[in-house]
Amino acid sequence: MSSKVTKEKSMVIQKEMISSLFKELSTAKQTGKKVVYTFVPGNISELIRAFDMLPVYPEINALQSGMRKKSEKFIHDAEKIGYSEDVCTYVKCDIGMMLNGNIGPTGEKIPEPDLLLLSYTGCFTFMKWFENLKRLYPDVPVALLHTPYQEGHEITPDMTQYMVKQLKEEVIPKMEQVSGKKYDEEKLKKILGNTNKVEELMVKIFDTTKNKPSPIDAYFAGVYYIGPINIGFRGTREAVVYYEKLYEEILERVDKGLGPITPEGVMEEEKFRLVIEGPPNWTHFREFWKLFYDLGAVIVASSYTKVGGVYDNGFRVNPDKPLESLADYCMNCYTNLNLKQRVELLSNCITKYEADGFLVNSIKSCNSFSAGQLMIMRQLEEKLDIPVGFIESDLVDPRYFSYSNIKNRLESFFQMLEQRKIIFNN
Amino acid sequence: MEPLIDILSKCEEIAFDLDFTRAKEWKSQDNKRVIVGYMPIYFPREIVHAANGLSVGILGGGDKKMIIKGDAYYQSYICHMPRSIIELALDGNFDEFDGFIFPSICDVMRNLSGTFQILGKGKFAKYLDYPQNFKAHIGGKFYEQELQHILDEIYKINQIKVTSARLNESIRLFNKNRQLTREIYDIRQEFPWRLTAADVYHIVRSGYMIPVEDHNVILENVIHYIKEDINQPLDKIRVVVMGAFCEQPPIGLIKTIELAGCYVVEDDFLLGARWIQKDIEEIKSENELLSTLSYAFLNNSTFSSTIYDVDNPKEDRLLELIKRRNVDGIIFASPSFCDPALLDHPILQKACEKNNIRYVSFLYNENTGQFKVIKEQIGTFSDSIKLWD
Repeated sequence: MSSKVTKEKSMVIQKEMISSLFKELSTAKQTGKKVVYTFVPGNISELIRAFDMLPVYPEINALQSGMRKKSEKFIHDAEKIGYSEDVCTYVKCDIGMMLNGNIGPTGEKIPEPDLLLLSYTGCFTFMKWFENLKRLYPDVPVALLHTPYQEGHEITPDMTQYMVKQLKEEVIPKMEQVSGKKYDEEKLKKILGNTNKVEELMVKIFDTTKNKPSPIDAYFAGVYYIGPINIGFRGTREAVVYYEKLYEEILERVDKGLGPITPEGVMEEEKFRLVIEGPPNWTHFREFWKLFYDLGAVIVASSYTKVGGVYDNGFRVNPDKPLESLADYCMNCYTNLNLKQRVELLSNCITKYEADGFLVNSIKSCNSFSAGQLMIMRQLEEKLDIPVGFIESDLVDPRYFSYSNIKNRLESFFQMLEQRKIIFNN
Repeated sequence: MEPLIDILSKCEEIAFDLDFTRAKEWKSQDNKRVIVGYMPIYFPREIVHAANGLSVGILGGGDKKMIIKGDAYYQSYICHMPRSIIELALDGNFDEFDGFIFPSICDVMRNLSGTFQILGKGKFAKYLDYPQNFKAHIGGKFYEQELQHILDEIYKINQIKVTSARLNESIRLFNKNRQLTREIYDIRQEFPWRLTAADVYHIVRSGYMIPVEDHNVILENVIHYIKEDINQPLDKIRVVVMGAFCEQPPIGLIKTIELAGCYVVEDDFLLGARWIQKDIEEIKSENELLSTLSYAFLNNSTFSSTIYDVDNPKEDRLLELIKRRNVDGIIFASPSFCDPALLDHPILQKACEKNNIRYVSFLYNENTGQFKVIKEQIGTFSDSIKLWD
């Protein structure tokens, strides 16, 4: 590991973007900006922005609470008022955060919602989550956007029309009512133009892992890369600037033959290339990442970075068809794909980025990802004859992160990969 | 007429026949017949019936199926239901089934549909995406499209076209089935000692396994007997059991609740059988084949953990049910790791507290075998109400 740790320009830009968003949120009540709570998958913040409203993502608050070691208390507090140990810890962390004054990751108070936009995509628990939030904010209207699942391996015109009708007759009228502004399609088209550029850049960025060494880690660093587009900057000019800068920096790394940046500097030797399925653990994020980079493992693709949108298969929003595009975007998010599609997508990543192994990080409280992961793993093993590994943790409940268990399993997995390399080289 | 004891014994045997013997026998009599398995909670069985099919409820393996292979498909922190269903599928119990329906009730059930697709079970495995929009021209239309996909799949198998005449006949039969089931619950509300909760469970569950025509006969016969003043009342409290709508409680658990001093006068064990609360109207025009089924789903569904009725909150509907059934308390019994049920509990329990309604809660798995702790818990709950109210 190179000892020099420097902050790239894109990191600085991202930090400023996040800080300004939370600052804007903290003063929303004074400035009169309306606030919409919504979710990352099926994240139609372009529409929110078209009404000059601000999005808040309870999932993001929960994961930030996890990273800042605050989630344990929040979860306990939610359990004290009746939330079961068995249920999604994002929900409990969010409820706990609200019980504790709704102080956000930057230490500033998150404003109460003016609208709950329940665009529940690929996760049934989102619906339950907002049912609970509705009880905390009984006077706040709910706009429900049901995203049909791609059970038949495709998005049909009927599915798109169903969503467009909901947008036109449920979501937009409620947004008009809350914001006091009329829907302006031209404005939305312009915003979507930026989204289109960002989507194109995102694909190029994550495609750089085809280089050896890979210039980026597409999981641990990848979650930072998807940050801006998933926390409310979809369709903004700032997002375009950020992703242009990020791509430029990554290309420089490619030119110089550099490996990924880690919290302890540049990874100097790439020993293993992996594809990972499942979200990361947030409560021990750095330790978790270190287990990989210490052993020279780089993640060349991950399903989690596609949770807020899948662009690998060519999908881009089309500003000329704004509502249809938003609908198709939602239906195209990773957890809204059926298991066959997920297998296919991961299989393509493994092949395209020449991965040495496939690893599942199975999350205790996320059935949307976890239910079916063993089937996915089995399918990929049979189809590609690739070594597979399996570890377990949780999103934001530190009680379910066992460092030594994960370390043991990873060491065995890497030993297996090492042996396999030796055999193949011989 | 068969004696009641024989009817009950037959229902028990049918209800837990994991080989689905009767359904398979029924299919073998005509090569145009199909069997469609459906998972909890609700599925409009009328459409399969009208297409010369038998829809069979798949409710897991309960405590009657040893899980060996299923555990290799699901992690320990996922509910028990999918692993026993996979076990049954891999053991060939569904081999004569033509298709499978996975209603959209949770992420586990959704991803189980993908597992069935990958395993190639049946000629189709359809995730039935229920609309969460309750306007006829939006959610209603989408629902009709979903049902039409199922009819198209069945048509590919047996080339039977569903007409309004066929569907109306099916609607009449299932309306009758729901009326008779409601009547049993209504009689039990007044005279809960005439049938045990376990008996009711067996009677209703047997209807998930056999043709509706046969089940209607069973229900009529049971009603004939329980209209008479049979059995003696005991000093028990009257309870509702909530949260058990998907993974079913083992029958020993239902018996334990009653043995511990409760009459279960309302429950959501087999909610699908009573999902539609009013008769479904017959179809008047061939062009609107699925319109009345859609109307019934949008307007006459019961409340559930899987439907977000924004404008008709479930806690209000629970309170209404408690009043209607005149119960003394609620038992929240849910399967471990069931997000839909467990994330409802804080909402429903808060409403109970606000309205001074007693409740108790516990978790179970479909194969739970030890009931001592639960018996003590329920016994204390029942005693506290009997002694202090």
